[in-house]
Amino acid sequence: MSDMNLTLKVWRQKSKDQKGCFETYKTLASEHMSFLEMLDVVNEKLERDGKDPVAFDHDCREGICGACSMVINGSPHGPEKATTTCQLHMRKFKDGDTIVIEPWRAKAFPVLKDLIVDRGAFDRIIQSGGYTSAATGGVPDANSILIPKERADEAMDAAQCIGCGACVAACPNASAMLFVGAKVSHLANLPQGQVEAKTRVQNMVTQMDKEGFGNCTNHGECESSCPKEISIKFISKMNREYLGALSHVQKSAAAE
Amino acid sequence: MASSPKLNSNIPEGDLKDKWQNRLAEYKLVNPANKRKHKIIIVGTGLAGGAAAATLAELGYNVESFCYQDSPRRAHSIAAQGGINASKNYRGDNDSIYRLFYDTIKGGDFRAREANVYRLAQISGNIIDQCVAQGVPFAREYSGYLANRSFGGAQVSRTFYARGQTGQQLLLGAYQALERQINAKKVTMHERTEMLDLVLVNGQARGIIARNMVTGEITKHVADCVILATGGYGNVFYLSTNAKGCSASAIHRAYKRGALMANPCYTQIHPTCIPVSGDYQSKLTLMSESLRNDGRMWAPKAKGDKRPPNEIPENERDYFLERKYPSYGNLAPRDISSRAAKEACDEGRGVGPNGLGVYLDFADAIKRLGKQTVKERYGNLIDMYNRITGEDPYTQPMRIYPAVHYTMGGLWVDYDLMSNIPGLFVTGEANFSDHGANRLGASALMQGLADGYFISPHSVSNYIASVKPGKVTTDAPEFAAAEKETREKIKRMLSINGKTTVDEFHRRLGKIIWDKCGMARTKEGLEQAIKEIRALRAEFWKDLKVTGGENELNQSLERAGRVADFLEFGEVLCMDALHREESCGGHFRVEYQTEEGEAKRNDEKFTYAAAWEFTGVDSQPILHKEELKFESIHLQTRSYK
Repeated sequence: MSDMNLTLKVWRQKSKDQKGCFETYKTLASEHMSFLEMLDVVNEKLERDGKDPVAFDHDCREGICGACSMVINGSPHGPEKATTTCQLHMRKFKDGDTIVIEPWRAKAFPVLKDLIVDRGAFDRIIQSGGYTSAATGGVPDANSILIPKERADEAMDAAQCIGCGACVAACPNASAMLFVGAKVSHLANLPQGQVEAKTRVQNMVTQMDKEGFGNCTNHGECESSCPKEISIKFISKMNREYLGALSHVQKSAAAE
Repeated sequence: MASSPKLNSNIPEGDLKDKWQNRLAEYKLVNPANKRKHKIIIVGTGLAGGAAAATLAELGYNVESFCYQDSPRRAHSIAAQGGINASKNYRGDNDSIYRLFYDTIKGGDFRAREANVYRLAQISGNIIDQCVAQGVPFAREYSGYLANRSFGGAQVSRTFYARGQTGQQLLLGAYQALERQINAKKVTMHERTEMLDLVLVNGQARGIIARNMVTGEITKHVADCVILATGGYGNVFYLSTNAKGCSASAIHRAYKRGALMANPCYTQIHPTCIPVSGDYQSKLTLMSESLRNDGRMWAPKAKGDKRPPNEIPENERDYFLERKYPSYGNLAPRDISSRAAKEACDEGRGVGPNGLGVYLDFADAIKRLGKQTVKERYGNLIDMYNRITGEDPYTQPMRIYPAVHYTMGGLWVDYDLMSNIPGLFVTGEANFSDHGANRLGASALMQGLADGYFISPHSVSNYIASVKPGKVTTDAPEFAAAEKETREKIKRMLSINGKTTVDEFHRRLGKIIWDKCGMARTKEGLEQAIKEIRALRAEFWKDLKVTGGENELNQSLERAGRVADFLEFGEVLCMDALHREESCGGHFRVEYQTEEGEAKRNDEKFTYAAAWEFTGVDSQPILHKEELKFESIHLQTRSYK
């Protein structure tokens, strides 16, 4: 097992209202460690020295809860494709490396402390329409709704989103369109989601704008930084759904 | 044996298959116009908690929902990979409610309550219907119908799945239903808020004390009743497949307020996890049981065989599950498969750097089905393995070793999922549940959603309608007293200013419990463990080091509170394991095994659920027994041979 000497430049910020700055730490890491385990070691040393450890969000540590939210050397979740920070392993780095670690940067995701941001905006977007209004009970047998395999597979491709926010952090406009597009497309692909499709896309887009996310200008950074490789085609799908919903609204207004 | 008077399981009258219908008919209802006058606190937003919050709010109640994560969507149900069981019999392979019930009782080694398990099997089909209506993208056949796969402990194909992310998709379904109710202002959501105590007023559960994890503010919350859906206690082992934030704190706090803790010794060690690589290891990663549909577990026949796996010829490999359990083969249940893997390693036939590993091999599956099919079925899991270990399972077998995964024990509840404290309901993994001494794969999601969507909403309504909990506010002296205790505990942890970090204490506790109360337990080991835990607990309160203050985001302080509870809970776990002088399911006492090394139950003495009553931190809890009656299935030796 080879150990490596690393220099970390970590964003430290006491609280939402205080100014932050980079602090430098030296540490030793094994190539088998996960990135977060490397930070655990740094933090335990800080604690032993009576210093405030680096606060970061994490939970499942297996790439599915979406809690991780670090920008590593400029890339959300770091250099490895299709990988969350918790699954990034130190064998991707080498002895002598300097690693810069920052929180997600976006107006809609204010920093709470160090590397922790508030992603409540994502929940509020889902609240505005990211569901089917099926109350518990009174639903038909599961096999009475047939769904072609390709449709179900595509819905699943979109539904895989873990809501981490890397797409926003990667986008030069801090746009949330990949996140919103994924949920809109997941539900619009399924017959169960069709009934509310038009109001859903309008409400979610309205909420997204209200939260202060930017627009899409086709950089594609969101797709390339997405740990679940959600395709940018879902943004196009959302745009089509949105236009369809708008023309529907105009038509019904004209009819009245 | 008669059950302790303290434990009224409250099982409905009637034939097994009519019990739930009978109970539903008996339940009192709350008039729709009156529901909005009642409030329910639900702690935890996983499948059990999220589903109950959404459903109770849909019914018209006001719900206050709590989670420690930054969003309810991150609860650890999200990590369940393989699938969810339901007795739909869509494959026409002769599955039925009875067969799912039978498999679950047998899988649990005859230590679960028949009536609960039968109800679970009855409800299982409704869950799939509900999730499909929500838009959960389950796997489909080309015909458009739902697909199924097989799982351990069953000879039918009844598991529904969404690639290797079934838990994620089911949780997002419940989460979206919950968000809909937040939007409708029927649920008040408290994210990044941790429950630190349960408040009882006049003997009824009426509220909680919580801490805002961003500001450190301590808050009091009152309601008509409280549901704990706070998950399992696997992290008492330090290393487990649980999320880092999972803890026993909520159920342990309730235990200290008088709720009985049942069968804590039933812990599930999952056979297929990625082995430990070093001291810095912070968690263990599960490789889904579904991999055993096509992967074959083996170890070299010879001790200390250091050759790379591909150089070990076929006749020098021991496919130990196929050899020992020919009728179930690689799909033997988890407890049995884990012990078989451990046995191979104990004999010196383990693989990998520290000899704590066996192989899970896909070479035959790739030969039979082609790499593409294997990739379609398990691609995301294989990629995950590759990311973590740097090894490629398409060209060399995975190395796996058992790890703590799920806990069958938890707070004791009656048939209505209410604990012995009136108004305290406990659901999902947090209760002692329907899995007996061992849970079958793909049954945790089933139980969480059955409790959340279909059982607790009705039993809670009945409680409110029949007990009519009166008006109480957070001004009641019980709230002030609980708040004071909570603040004092926080201050105490911050003021020790010793030398040892929280994680160091947690690692040491985990090692004691893994070594002495893990896959093989003995009387001497458990007695030793209890002594060591007591000593470690004393040290914790003398030498703990927590930096920072109480009125800020302080992750060390959060962890310290959880580890303080684990240091007490771990002792109850070992005491339960010590008292149960038999082997069953996930509880294997070395002294009680057959000549072939299989678990040997003692039905005469131990056909009961053990429920422990708190009497003080350093004193022996009181044991209460609930007798388990098997009326529909005869007690028999569990065999998968």
